[in-house]
Amino acid sequence: MLITCPYCGPRDVIEFTYQGDGNRERPQPVSQDLDAWNAYVYDRLNPAGDHNEIWQHSGGCRAHLRVVRNTVTHEILSTAFARGGHKSAGHRTEGKP
Amino acid sequence: MVERQSPLEPAYHPGSHGNFEHGVDVILSETRPGSILQLAAWPGEEKRLIDAIRKVTGLALPDGAGGGVSNGGRAAFGFAPGKFTVVDEAEGLASAFAGVITPDIGTVTDLSHGRTAIRIAGPKAEWVMAKFFAIDFALPAFPLGAGRSTNHHDVFAQIQRSGADQFDIYVFRSFARSFWKALCHASEEVGYEVH
Repeated sequence: MLITCPYCGPRDVIEFTYQGDGNRERPQPVSQDLDAWNAYVYDRLNPAGDHNEIWQHSGGCRAHLRVVRNTVTHEILSTAFARGGHKSAGHRTEGKP
Repeated sequence: MVERQSPLEPAYHPGSHGNFEHGVDVILSETRPGSILQLAAWPGEEKRLIDAIRKVTGLALPDGAGGGVSNGGRAAFGFAPGKFTVVDEAEGLASAFAGVITPDIGTVTDLSHGRTAIRIAGPKAEWVMAKFFAIDFALPAFPLGAGRSTNHHDVFAQIQRSGADQFDIYVFRSFARSFWKALCHASEEVGYEVH
């Protein structure tokens, strides 16, 4: 599997570290909303298809990336720097497991 | 002045080695630069940092990811977004940058004692490098002066192409001897000389 780092170009997946689901939204640190915290920590959509993910190019430029990966085919559909605040384009079906 | 010792010393054997009876196809050496710096710009300050590098070293970095320039005594290249490695054969480069890279532009980290610089040169340099790193070493994909960050078995390496058939590899000092031994083994089949 190759992931195209926006800085380094196409690199083998062995250079990257998976940093988790890119759909999660962290509640404000002062938030007392236990449901929101519970959702942030535990709820995952686990789709069979396109999935927003955060990866780090830990064996290269060390940038954090927003990656859309198809969990069935492992095709990488897009990559972008996470720092830009860019929301990637994976499909999310709200509320459905 | 305290003389800096090389971590490669016990494994550094000048002369010809390996399969050299049909010719020496790579030359390995340690370049021992006096200064190795890492410069990092805050987001949006990259242009000012590049200007500061030009002001202090005279090296004009080209635009684009991994762009770099090497003029023999001095070298600079981008290795990550907004981050650059700058090398000088003379010591004291960090203090030259101290007043120029102000806290609102970015940071200067002196890695002169933390990295070891290894040079591989010769017609088979690309071939030997390709056995270590899963990146494209062909000249159109990896132009002169450009830098790349990658790793070999968890040993981080920053690589700059300093000649058409020459690469400078910056590795952690603590891993340098192990990497050097591996590089020597990998060069045996083509015949190598240590300078």
